Amino acid sequence: MTQLALVIDLNVCVGCHACVTSCKEWNTSGWAGPMPDQRPYDADPSGVFFNRVQTYEIGEYPTTETLHFPKSCLHCETPPCVPVCPTGASYKREDNGVVLVDYDKCIGCKYCSWACPYGAREFDEQNRVMKKCTLCIDRITDQTLPESERKPACVLACPTSARIFGDVHDPESEASVAIREQGGYQLMPEWGTEPANQYLPRRRTRMHIHTDELVRADNPLKKEQVRLPIGTGDTIDDVAW
Amino acid sequence: MHPAYSVIFLTTLIGVGQGLFLALYTGQVYSLANLLPAQDSQGFYAIGSVVSLVLLVGGLIASFFHLGHPERAWRAASKWRTSWLSREVIVLPAFMSLVALYALTHYFGLTTPLFTVADTLAVDVTLIIGLLASVLAFVLFLCTAMIYASVKFLQEWHCALTVSNYMLLGIASGFMLAAAFSAYMGIDLVAFFGTWAVIFTLMALVSRGASLIRNRRLRHKVSLKSAIGMRHSQMQQKAQGFMGGSFNTREFFHGSSPNRVKLIRYLFLLLVFPLPVLLVGVSHVMESPNLPILAFLSQYLGLIAERWYFFAEAKHPQNLYYQTVS
Repeated sequence: MTQLALVIDLNVCVGCHACVTSCKEWNTSGWAGPMPDQRPYDADPSGVFFNRVQTYEIGEYPTTETLHFPKSCLHCETPPCVPVCPTGASYKREDNGVVLVDYDKCIGCKYCSWACPYGAREFDEQNRVMKKCTLCIDRITDQTLPESERKPACVLACPTSARIFGDVHDPESEASVAIREQGGYQLMPEWGTEPANQYLPRRRTRMHIHTDELVRADNPLKKEQVRLPIGTGDTIDDVAW
Repeated sequence: MHPAYSVIFLTTLIGVGQGLFLALYTGQVYSLANLLPAQDSQGFYAIGSVVSLVLLVGGLIASFFHLGHPERAWRAASKWRTSWLSREVIVLPAFMSLVALYALTHYFGLTTPLFTVADTLAVDVTLIIGLLASVLAFVLFLCTAMIYASVKFLQEWHCALTVSNYMLLGIASGFMLAAAFSAYMGIDLVAFFGTWAVIFTLMALVSRGASLIRNRRLRHKVSLKSAIGMRHSQMQQKAQGFMGGSFNTREFFHGSSPNRVKLIRYLFLLLVFPLPVLLVGVSHVMESPNLPILAFLSQYLGLIAERWYFFAEAKHPQNLYYQTVS
C-alpha cells in the first residue's frame, strides 16, 4: 500500500521559509483553502499555516550550531487524531495514506488537535473548522499536471532541495532510499504514532584539501618558478616533457 | 491546556445533574426499603428531577459554545465505535430523556406497582425508569471522563483517577444539591443527603488528592530531544516560526502566572472539600435550612475552579515546539 510522505533533510535546510509561503500561497486558493489571517497588518497578528519553520540553537557558545526545523503534519501511519473525531471528518486516505479533514463534516470541537502530540493541526477561526497539511492533495493527485509537478508546493519551492516527496512504502523510492541510507528518523517515536514523514539528521561536513589541489603544476603563469629536472634552453618551449 | 469555560460549565453542570438524579433515586430506593419515609411523588421526585434536567440542559447548551459548527452537532453521534466524545454525545441525550420520563411518571403519579418481587419489593414504572437512568448516569460519567483520560499525550489526564474524580465529584455535588434542595423545600431528608454528600466529598478528596500527588511526581515521556530528534544536552528554541499568535499558542497554554494557578488550586481545595463539609456539619447542629444551600454553592463554585485547574495543569507535548517567539 502507498504511504506518501515527506523526508526533510535538516542538513540542507537553510530556514528561508520558502516552503511556508509557497504552502500558504497554493493551499489558500486550493482544495484546502482558504487559510485566513486575523489582523495581518495589525498588532497581534494570527493566521492558519500548514507548515512552520522553527529555529533551534544546539550547543554552547562559541561551539553552537543553528538548526532550522520545518514542521508540518507527519501523516502518521496510526494517526491518533483520526479515531477521536466524533463525526468522522478526520480520516486517513486508504489509497495514499494522507490524513485529511472533511470540512463539511467538521464540527470544530478541536478534540483532534488535543490528540496530536506534534501540534500539527490549526483551527481556522473564520470558517470554524480544523485545518491541516494535505500534502497538497489537489496537486499530487491531479493527472492533468505533468508528473514532475505532481508534488507538494513546499517541495517544489525549496531552493536547496531539502524536502523529498515520495512513497515511503516503496523501498526503491527516493524518499525510502534517503531514509535508509542517510539515517532518517521519526519525531517522538515514544508515542507509537509511526509518523510517515521522517527527518534526515545533521551531518558533519568536512572537506579535505591538499595544497597540490590548489596549485596547478602546469599553471602557465607560474612557468618561471617551476624548477625543471633537466636543463633548458632560452625558452622552455622546446623542452620535451 | 487552555481552560475553556464552555467545557468547564458542561462538565460541572452535567456532573451535578447526574449526581442529583442519583441522589433522588437513592432516596426512592431507601424509602422503598422503608429506611426513609416515602416522599411525595409530585413535590419531591418530579420537581427534583426537573432541577436535574435543567442542569443537564444547561450543560448541553454550554457545550454548544465550544463548537465551531453547533448546527452540525448531530454528526457527532456517528463515530461511537472509536470516539469517547461521540459516545458522550449519544449517552447525554439518552440520559436526559430518561430523567424527563422519570419526572413525568412521578408527576402523573404512575406509582401503582406493576408487579411484586418476592412479595416484598413492589416494582412500579418509576423504579424501572430510574434504574435505567442510573445506569446511564454512570455510563455518562465514564464517557465524559474518558474523553480526557483516553488522550495518552496528556499524561496528567491519562489515568484511572480522572474517571474516579469526575464520578465522585459529580456524585458529591449532586448529593450536596439534593441536601440543599430538601432544605429549601422543607423536606426531612437534609440529614440523609447531607451525610452521603459528606461521604462522597471525602471520597472525592482522596481521589482528587491522589491525582494531584501523582501529577506533581509525573515525569513527562517526551522532551525536546525526541521532539526534534537531536541528542544534545544544550538545546534551546530561538524562533517558533512566527512573531504573532496562532492556534497552537492559544489552545495549549493557559496563559496564567504560576502564582495564579497555585491560588486557584488552593481555592478549589478549600471550596470543594472542607468548607461544604463544615457547612453541612454546622447545619446539622443548628438545623439551619440555609447552610446546606450555601454548602452546595461553595462546592459548585469550587468545582468551576477545580475544572479550570484540571485543564491548566495538563501540559501538552506540542508546547515543546512553541517556547520562544523569536
